[in-house]
Amino acid sequence: MHWKTTVGACVAAGFVLLISGAAMADTTPESHPTADHSKFEALKREFASGPEVTAACLACHTEASDQVKHSIHWKWDYEHPDTGQKLGKSSVINAFCGNVASNEARCTSCHTGYGWEDMSQPPPQEANAVDCLVCHDTSGEYTKLSTGAGHPPMEAKGQTITGADAWPVNLSKAAQSVGAPGRENCGGCHFYGGGGDNVKHGDLSSALYEPARDVDVHMSADGQNFTCSTCHVSEDHVFAGSRYNVETHDTLGTGLPGHRRHVATCESCHGDTPHPVNLKGVKLNDHTDKVACQTCHIPEFARGGVATKTVWDWSTAGRLDADGKPIHEDDFVQSDGKHLHTYLSTKGDFEWGENVEPYYAWFDGQVRYTLQSDEIDPTQVVEVNKITGSAEDGVSKIWPFKRMVGRQAYDSQLNRLVFNHVWGPTTDTAFWTNFDYAKSIEAGMKAAGAEYSGEFGFVDTYMYWPITHMVAPAENAMDCAECHAEDGRMVNLAGIYMPGTDSLSPAGMLGRALVVLTALGVLGHLVLRLFAGKSKGDDHV
Amino acid sequence: MSRRIVKVYPFFERFWHWAQVVLITTLLVTGMGLNGLHGLIPFGPAVMLHTVAALALLALWIFATFWLFTTGTWRQFIPKIDGMLSVARFYAWGVFKGEEHPYHKILWRKHNPLQAATYFFLKWAIFPAIWITGLIYLFYGVWDCGAGSSGVLTVVANLHLLAAYVIAAFIIVHVYLLTVGHGFRAHVRPMVTGYDEIDLTPEQEAYLETNEPGRIKAG
Repeated sequence: MHWKTTVGACVAAGFVLLISGAAMADTTPESHPTADHSKFEALKREFASGPEVTAACLACHTEASDQVKHSIHWKWDYEHPDTGQKLGKSSVINAFCGNVASNEARCTSCHTGYGWEDMSQPPPQEANAVDCLVCHDTSGEYTKLSTGAGHPPMEAKGQTITGADAWPVNLSKAAQSVGAPGRENCGGCHFYGGGGDNVKHGDLSSALYEPARDVDVHMSADGQNFTCSTCHVSEDHVFAGSRYNVETHDTLGTGLPGHRRHVATCESCHGDTPHPVNLKGVKLNDHTDKVACQTCHIPEFARGGVATKTVWDWSTAGRLDADGKPIHEDDFVQSDGKHLHTYLSTKGDFEWGENVEPYYAWFDGQVRYTLQSDEIDPTQVVEVNKITGSAEDGVSKIWPFKRMVGRQAYDSQLNRLVFNHVWGPTTDTAFWTNFDYAKSIEAGMKAAGAEYSGEFGFVDTYMYWPITHMVAPAENAMDCAECHAEDGRMVNLAGIYMPGTDSLSPAGMLGRALVVLTALGVLGHLVLRLFAGKSKGDDHV
Repeated sequence: MSRRIVKVYPFFERFWHWAQVVLITTLLVTGMGLNGLHGLIPFGPAVMLHTVAALALLALWIFATFWLFTTGTWRQFIPKIDGMLSVARFYAWGVFKGEEHPYHKILWRKHNPLQAATYFFLKWAIFPAIWITGLIYLFYGVWDCGAGSSGVLTVVANLHLLAAYVIAAFIIVHVYLLTVGHGFRAHVRPMVTGYDEIDLTPEQEAYLETNEPGRIKAG
């Protein structure tokens, strides 16, 4: 980029930031809508179920249900435009609970709809099967039952999707409170992925409900006080931000009214030369062609006092005590003193981490999954989702990831990953109640309609989760020496020149040799002068 | 010919020299840190200090170049073969026998032939190598374009590093040679006071006494 253009862009970016900062203050949910839903007669009634509320919403918001049904929030199905892979929760296998098929009512408790109980079928077709309240309730009254296929608890029985004891939800109160989604709405599902607080992502946890400034400078009340949707902008109920097809680059930005609204990158607001135009800022801007913003500005994930699961070994699951009862060990102590499970008969062994240093890799934004139908090499660590990108392609940047370490079941004859039927309190095959892999895998594969040899083993896996939340304040950004050092964080990354990491390069060795030989030569000369000539004449050392 | 105490290093030249001492020392120390040889200065501040010192040195060199050409001093730095062999022979042999240095400063020739050749090589090869690669390095953000940038930067950075090591080697020899002959203090003094004992022709002597009495001390 031309120097003038760079400077121009910097100035422009700073200016846009000023304007957008002011504008964002006015678009938070605390702004004043023109409709107060508590005054709506249609909502001043008893509701017996979620779908009844939705029907009332749709009476006015006639297109809302149709819009939601075009979103991945609803479909759980995504055809990757570049790889052609069929992704989405309905088909992929992950390194956590594994798969949705055969575990529906538990997994679909977080579906943005009601009653999806069979993954082999699309979500329910009825217009009022869409769950409006899960995103729009602002009273905190609404929740979903952990095993109810998306329905809210109507009695004080069981648990909610966040693991809290369920309460009978007052749907009327929730319906009258609706507004723009807040962080509680998104967090109820996204903070608890993988079966508990921060288990899955590492950078999305309940710490983000009320984060301190050093945990998340954007979401903290002492910072920008953003909600999720400040960045994850939406259009027709479809939100920006995808883990399957990550927008790693945005040179246009969202900025002004009327601009496109489907990108949620750092660059969308900050530009690609975000540091101030001074000696230091210009040097920092030199990094942005190869290093993602997140890499320096999220030095660690799982900050704010909530640990994330880092290792999950399914192969040890099923061990029972002398009485044949499931056991649990709780040997990880979180910084708040809370004990987290390190072994469960239902799930195996775990490790946890807080303030975890990310794993770094070149990333072009694309992810290729190891689908159930793909052949794996069980002698290697299987990458459940392979992140693509390289130093040579000109678009990839170095990104931080949570690298989840797993050990998962696979078909040892066909060399494929397997679907596992873990949840199903009424079946005699579900692993979490019967502890028999032979039965549970067979049931999972049958439910998914997948070929299975009948023999299984366990294989080591990695799963990569791009880290992009929990951005620290500028003053807490990663120190240069974290990477610019002999044993720096990016020591294993090829394809980049990083000063300070290799003083023993060929040029460095040659230079050292030159200096050492020169010094020896000078020393030899001095010694000869001192002993050979014995200072005649005017040579005075 | 008579030996007289004459001001051979005007103020700017002394300032130039000592400013270079400070800046090049700063650059070497910070540069070695950035290369990973030591951790005396944190990386970020070292980058800033290195950059500021480099820019200051470049500014100094621009002034020095201007000064060299406007004053005609540049002629001092043109290497001559004549006499080089005898100087080389002195350092390799005569110095051990306690011989006199074969070269005597004259008014328009402060440097002995070997010295002049060394400075010529420094100024025309090593210094340009370090500042050209340094500027390319510094302005990475202006020219980087896609995947090839890292490869180019690797070459540029290694050349920069090599040039720096050559300068470090020069400094070792440069400082050591101050101890040869009349000794360290006698060699450093002229660069502090500006005055040194040199051979003057009667014409030069007469010229200085008549026209620039401040440059020549009473004999």
